[in-house]
Formats: sequence, structure tokens, C-alpha cells
Amino acid sequence: MNAFSAALVQEKHTGPARELIAFAVGQQEFCIDVMAVREIRGWTPATVLPHSQSYVRGVINLRGAVLPIIDLAVRLGFPPVDAMGRHVIIVVKVRSQVVGLLVDAVSDILTVTDAEMLPPPDVASDMAKHFVCGLLGIDGRMISILSVENVLPEREDGEAA
Amino acid sequence: MTKTILTVDDSRTMREMLLLALQEAGFNVLQAEDGMMGLEVLKDRQADVIITDINMPRLDGFGFIEHVRRDSTHRAVPILVLTTESDAEKKSRARSAGATGWIVKPFHPVKLVDAIRRVSA
Amino acid sequence: MDSLRQIFFQECEEQLAELESGLLEIEGGSEDPEIVNAVFRAVHSIKGGAGAFALEDLVRFAHVFETVLDEVRKGRLSTASPVTETLLRAADVLADLVRVARDGGNVNEERIHTSADELAALSGAPIGANAEPEEEVSFEDFGFTPVAMDFPVFDDIAVVDTVSVEAEAEPDATTYTISFRPHPGLYTNANEPVVLLRELSRLGDAQIVCDTSTIPTLEELEAEGSYLAWTITLTTTHEEDDVRSIFEFVDGDCDLEIITGNAASSNDEPAGVDDDIAALLARVRGEFTEPVDESASPAASAADVVVGLAGSATAETAAAAIPSTPIIEAEAAKPTPEAAKTPPPAKAEKAAGSEAPSTNQTIRVDLDRVDRLMNLVGELVINQAMLSQRLTDAGLARDSEFATGLDEFEQLTHDIQEGVMAIRAQPVKSVFQRMPRLVREVAAITGKKVRLVTEGEDTEVDKTVIERLADPLTHMIRNAIDHGLESPEKRLAAGKREEGLVRLSASHRSGRIVIDIADDGAGINRQRVRAIAEEKGLIQPNAQLTDEEVDNLIFLPGFSTASTVSDISGRGVGMDVVKKSIQALGGRVSITSRPGEGSTFTLSLPLTLAVLYGMVVTVAEQTLVVPLTSIVETLKPKAGDIHGFGGDSRVISMRNNFLPLIDVGRELGYRSQPADPGAGVALLVESDGGAHSALMVDAIQGQRQIVIKSLEENYGRVPGVAAATILGDGRVALILDVDAIVAASRTGASNSETAFALAG
Repeated sequence: MNAFSAALVQEKHTGPARELIAFAVGQQEFCIDVMAVREIRGWTPATVLPHSQSYVRGVINLRGAVLPIIDLAVRLGFPPVDAMGRHVIIVVKVRSQVVGLLVDAVSDILTVTDAEMLPPPDVASDMAKHFVCGLLGIDGRMISILSVENVLPEREDGEAA
Repeated sequence: MTKTILTVDDSRTMREMLLLALQEAGFNVLQAEDGMMGLEVLKDRQADVIITDINMPRLDGFGFIEHVRRDSTHRAVPILVLTTESDAEKKSRARSAGATGWIVKPFHPVKLVDAIRRVSA
Repeated sequence: MDSLRQIFFQECEEQLAELESGLLEIEGGSEDPEIVNAVFRAVHSIKGGAGAFALEDLVRFAHVFETVLDEVRKGRLSTASPVTETLLRAADVLADLVRVARDGGNVNEERIHTSADELAALSGAPIGANAEPEEEVSFEDFGFTPVAMDFPVFDDIAVVDTVSVEAEAEPDATTYTISFRPHPGLYTNANEPVVLLRELSRLGDAQIVCDTSTIPTLEELEAEGSYLAWTITLTTTHEEDDVRSIFEFVDGDCDLEIITGNAASSNDEPAGVDDDIAALLARVRGEFTEPVDESASPAASAADVVVGLAGSATAETAAAAIPSTPIIEAEAAKPTPEAAKTPPPAKAEKAAGSEAPSTNQTIRVDLDRVDRLMNLVGELVINQAMLSQRLTDAGLARDSEFATGLDEFEQLTHDIQEGVMAIRAQPVKSVFQRMPRLVREVAAITGKKVRLVTEGEDTEVDKTVIERLADPLTHMIRNAIDHGLESPEKRLAAGKREEGLVRLSASHRSGRIVIDIADDGAGINRQRVRAIAEEKGLIQPNAQLTDEEVDNLIFLPGFSTASTVSDISGRGVGMDVVKKSIQALGGRVSITSRPGEGSTFTLSLPLTLAVLYGMVVTVAEQTLVVPLTSIVETLKPKAGDIHGFGGDSRVISMRNNFLPLIDVGRELGYRSQPADPGAGVALLVESDGGAHSALMVDAIQGQRQIVIKSLEENYGRVPGVAAATILGDGRVALILDVDAIVAASRTGASNSETAFALAG
């Protein structure tokens, strides 16, 4: 990467405007940084992985790569729902790992500034502590900003938290 | 205009070192693994300077230089001999074969570029 | 720099292999001069590279080695038996030095000294390991020492330029008067006075005067003659040596006089006409003016006259046609046209004339690119399978047009896959080549005499397989010598040749590579093996075992013939580890042994690790793949064959034997209730240590080649699962790790998800 493109990327990370993709899980709204998103695709049945955590739906074929699917509802502590055609998989890349996040639906793309992002309130919920790194209040909606890294499954080698 | 240098050496390490040094100095680099391949390269490419090793399989540096000097297209190309042999005998044989100059291995990049400058317009 | 180092060490490995195989051929009686040359070049190249990285020890030793090889090359040293042994030992030491230079660690100083002294004794020169290579002296002559390559110094170039420009302002400048008259030979060798003058003027303030007095009249003028001379008055802060060094390359090809001070040149009289004619004739004759060429043939002299008469227009063509003076010291592979004059040595035919040099075309490709291509072909295979499944689903596959098209597509896909796999394929030579040294070392330590014979070195297999083959092979060869072969005394007593034979051979057999390691030793001592196995509690004291089963006991974990373990086979590695590593490659090991005649270990391995043949099965509505290499047979068990065994376990009776029956569905946690064995299929599998078990699955879908996909890349390890693949329906299927499943069921971890999770 040359200095110029490095500067561009820098700009996107820290600059005033930041894009987030918002989606629904259960009855709540969440969002993640659009930079982490590779693609969005419809639900296809996953192959179950033996002895996996309950929030790991299994793996699907993403153009020849084996893609693990995280059921965000279960991961975030909501009751599990049967995945159906209307569900959506958001494919994210964190470091070198590519995983799919199963959500109910994608709502919109938000452009926000750092100033609009509020710290998460100090509540007892484990979910909030582990996965939510900020809040947005937009048009009366409350949208939680997820830390993608923390949502990923724990790896055997303990590499990802 | 960017000058093109043909390097002929059977050692990959040496070829890579030359490549790195020459590219760093702004030259175009063509590579050949021995004299035979060197001649092959010269069939359809022009070099401004040739740097060749002496000890090579199939066609050694002396033979390679003689062939180049006999070729009407390339006879005027400066040829630097690259060798650890710095003894007088090897040099004089290379000269007899038509070598323009020499570079003693291991070379310092500055010395390499220096030697090229001393033989090319 | 790191990548350069990497290239250097890679090349060292190649050169070391070349060196060793060359020396072995010489030892075998070959007198091919090209082999000696190749051996010399190998050491020479290592020395050259080592110099650039300032690897002093390596340079020093390589230099001593090279000196001896040069003697051999020049025919001054014969390659009789003790000599080749010394050379082989030196090759081993050189390999050690390379490894230490690469990986760090300590060198065995004593070995190096011994070897260097042996070499020194051979070359007859008083060079020891501590002698300075002569090159080092000449490095200094040239004005620099063998420093490690340090490329950032390129900035220096600019600095040098700046300095020289400013030079004239320096107070202690000296003025030199340089008279320079090129000989025609200077032009022949492509030196250019203009460049030299330019370089001179870089040193300081240069006044250049050209002397044109010797230019002849137009009709006498020879296009390639030398008629100009220059007188340069140079004022510079540089030393006279710096000024002279500019003329270094043309020394002898010009009249050069450098006088300190402003004195006028004493050499401004025109050059004699005779000189020029002599020079021109020399040029026409074949370019050289050096005394080396005094053996100019009469034919060439006669031709001179003709050329002289014909004039300049045809001079060049004539010169090309006339044989040039041969270089006296004939090199085997120098394909100059004059080689035709004397009968060429047999090897010289290898190199064709300059008109059509034959090149064995190869290219070097980044491994990543091949792997990317391999992945794409994997996609293609999957795509093709998906397409054919969809056509089948749509009922179109039976349509003859679709059927033909599909068949062709399938064939093409298969061909492309094989083609790409062939790119990654390499001959097993690279591993086999390491074995002679190993054999020499083990033979030396055990005091046995061993001859190693290798066959099928050109047999090709995937690069990854080759890389992972080295360790098990090394161990098995060690084992063959240490445990297989008898001592020379015992062999003689048994009426055998004193020298034991170890045969290492490779061949392709039904889509796999088969490697045999055979010795002509005493064979497996079955009584002893049995006794050891009993003693270690690996078998019941009165167990009924066939010879084959006894032989296979040596693969059991925990079996190590401790009383005979020496520092060779020892190192805490048993045959169980060998077997494990071969199995990890999807391979199998088997033994055949005959008392008194020897043993043969046979490895059978897949040609690639990217695809495998698997049996596609259904378990609890999930599709799984079981590698075919682990499956011994499949059967539909009758309800009566299944027996409960303790709490949850079941066994299946087969030919008077009870084998554990493993419920794959429960083992993987797909279901909590045991499957009905009467409704399913049992796969008889062989796992670690050759033990057999039966895997219970619901149904078999078929067998097919599958492309292996990593689960770990995006997820992680899954207990009981080796990897994943993508089937024709586009869905991911998991590949069963048979050993892990069997091991898990043995330790009682079955039926318990938590146990698995913890074990992971």
C-alpha cells in the first residue's frame, strides 16, 4: 500500500463520516462498520459442525470457501429462531478470518460521525458488555454498534477472542 | 532512456542479487541461466550491457562472450565478466574472448553500477 | 535481504544435492568431465553466494574444497577410492556449514578441521581450514572487502557524483597529463573512449585534446581501425590510482601514459603505419591481439591475404567465415564452430552451435500462483459435479446431447486437474538424494557396511507429499540399517556378503506412489517382537497372532525395542510415529519380512493432498465423507452380529473376532439415541496401530474424488473432522477423521459433547 492509499484508508477510519450497516436481530437493531462487510447474501442451509457452540449454525459454501455461520440471535442471547429464506447472511472479514453473520434483515446504511456515537450504558447484561461498543440514537431508534471481533467464535488456538 | 542489462549467471542467488542491485539503480534487467540461454535471449532482445559469469554449465562465460562478439548485432555490446576469480589468467582469457571489463564477486552495488558506467555511453 | 538469503539457501540445497549426486557418480566410476565440472560449479556457486553474505566459515571451507576439485577437474588428481570418500565427507561438512549458516547452532569444529586437512593433503598445497582464501586478498586489491550485501547504500552514487563535481574547488588538487591512444582491440571488446573520457572528466576539471593526425585518407580508412588519440589535462583531488582505475579495463588495449604535472605529452608522434596494419590484420583474422593466440592456424593466415585484397566491404563476412583462433585450454562444453576442426569430445554434443542453441525450456513460477490455479481447478471440479447433478435433477442428463456434453466437460475437467497437479509434481529424487549421506553416517556409527541402491528416483508426486516424506523415510532407512542389517561378522557367518544392501525404490501403482525400503538383513525376529509386546502389555501373553500381525506390532504406540535402541533409531521416535505421519498423508505402511532374508517396508501414498477418494455416507441426515484409504471393507450387519458390551458400548462379531462398533452419529453428537445397526451399514476401518473397528453409518451414497477444503482457515479444528469438501449439490460435507473418532470412542469420550469440547 502506498502512502496515498494508506492515507485514504486512514481517512475512512477516523474521518468525520463513518458508514455503518444496520440490521435487525430479534426485536432490536444493531450495526457494524461497513468496512468489515464483504457481501450480503440470502440464507442457505448450513452443514452442522459437530461439538460446536450453540451459536454456530454450521458451515456453507461461499464460492468454494468454507464459511462458518454465526447465529447472531443466539450469540446475543435471544431465543433461537428457525432460519428461513427471509433471513440474511452478512459476510464479514475480520483479520484473515471470513465468517457469515445470520441476521433477520438488513435495514439501511448509516453515515454517522464519531460525535454521534454514544458509549454503551452500564447495564448488567453480558451481551451489552461483550458485544456492544457504542450506541446510536437516530430518529428515535436505538441502534447498538457491535464489535465484530467479539462476536466471532472462539478459535481452538485461542487466536480470536 | 532506461538501459537494459542482460545478466547471465547459473546461480539464482547471484541473478537475484544482480536483479535487485540493477533494478534499484534504475536498469531494465534481462536474465539468463547460462551462456546458451544468454544467446537465446539475445536472439530477440537487445542489451546495452551484458554481465556474465564465467563458470556455467553448457556454455561458459568465455564461450558466450566469443559468440556475442562474433554476432554482428551484438558485437559492440559492452560485456562485464562477473566472477570470484580475480586472478590474472581468468581476466586475460576473458579479455581475449572479448570481455570489456570485469566485476569481482562479491560485488558492492556501488561498484557494480560504477563498472557499468565505465563501459556504457 | 531476507528473501535473497532464502534464495541463496534454497540454491545451496540444490547445489549440495548436485554435489553429492555428482560425487556418487564419480565414486561409481564415471569419468564424464561434465560431472566433474558440475561438482566444481556447485561448490563454486556456494562459495560465491556465501561471500556475498559474508559467511566466512563457509567461504573458507568451500575455497579449500574447490581447490581440490579444481585439481580433479584439471586431471591432476585422480578420483580413486580414498579421494572420493574424502570428497564425500567434505560435501557432508559443507552441507553442515550451510545449515549452520542458515539455522544457527554450532559447527563441529573438529570435523571441519579434519576434513579441511584431508582436502589440503589431497591438493598438496599447504592450505588448512584456517588458510585465507586467495580471493580475499584480491577483494582488497579491488578496494573492498567481502561485506554483507547492503543495498540502501545506493544513495552513495549520488554522493560520489556531487563530490566529483565540486572537486575542482578543492585546494590540494593535482594536475595530471594523460595521453591515451586506443588500440583496435579496445574497440573490439566494446570499450568506448568517449565513456572513459567522460569518466575522467567526472574526477575533476578535464581539458581534452583530440589528436587526429593519424587519420588516413578516406580510401585508406578502415571502418573499424583506431586512428584517434587524446591528451587530457586533468585537475583533480583524486589520487593517481583513481585516475588509472578508469583505464583498468583497457589496460593493454591502449597506450597510456599518466604524468603528474602539466608536462606536455611525449607521445604525440603518429603511430607507425605498420602497427595499424598489424592490428587490422589481427582484427580481421579473428579479433585477438593477445599473445595467447599465437597458434593461429596456417589456414587463417592464408585467408588474411584474401580478405586484405577483398577490401573492407566483405571483411566482416569473411571474418565470420574464417575459423578464429582456438582458445588453447579446451572446455568440454564450448560449442564454438572451430570445435569441428578437431573431433569434439562426446559430451560436447550436448551443446549445439551458436546458430541453434538447444534450450530445455523451463520457467520458475511462484508456488502461490500454482496453488491459486489448483484452487480454481478445485472449483471447476465442484462446479462440474454441481452441473451434472442439476442436469440429473432436471431429468436432462439422459438426453444424449446433454450426456455427451457433460461427459466431455467431465473429461476436460479431469485433464485440467491432472495437468495442474503435474505442475506441482516433483520427482522423489530430492528426498532420495538425502539418503546416501544418512546411510554413510548410520553405517559409520553402527560399524556396518551398507550399500544403498535407489530406483525410480524420477517418480513424481506432489511437492507437499515430498516435503513430508523426508522424516518418515529417514527414520525407516535408519531402522533398516540399525535393526534390519546384521553386523559384518554375522553376515559372513550366515554366508552373506559382508556388505548389507538397502534398496530404496519408488514407483507409481494405480494412482498412488509406492515406496519400498528393503534390506537383506536378518528379517524381523518375531519371537523377540512378541516377547517385547507381551512385556509391555500390548498383547495378551497367549494371544493367537499370525506372522503378519506380529510384524505389525512394531507399529504400536509404546512398542520400542528399548534394548537395541542406539542413538540412531532412538531419539524417542518409534515406528508408530512413522506410521502416523504416513497416515496423515493419507498413506499406509505395510511390512513383509522373511527370517534370514530381510524385510521390506512398503509405503503407499496418494499423489496429491489436494484431492482424495472418499466414500460419501449419510449419518443422521448429514452427509459425511470417509477417506477410502481407511476403509478395509463395508458390510451390512445382521442384527445377530451385534452384541452389547458393557454400558453403552457395542461390538460386532466378524470372522471369529469382536470389533468395537462405533456409532458415528452419536460420536459426532448428531443424535443422542443409538442407531439401529440392522438398518445401517458398517464400515470396517483400520486406524492407528493397525487396529480394526467398525463405523456405523446410515447409508452409503457412493464413492468419488473430492477436493479437500480447509475448515481451519475460517473456523478452527473440529474434533472428529479432518477437513471439509463441497459436494455436487453445492453443500459443504465434512470429511471424517477416522483415527480421531476411533480414539475418542476408545477413551470413552463418546456420547459426551463436553468431553469432546474439553479434549479439543
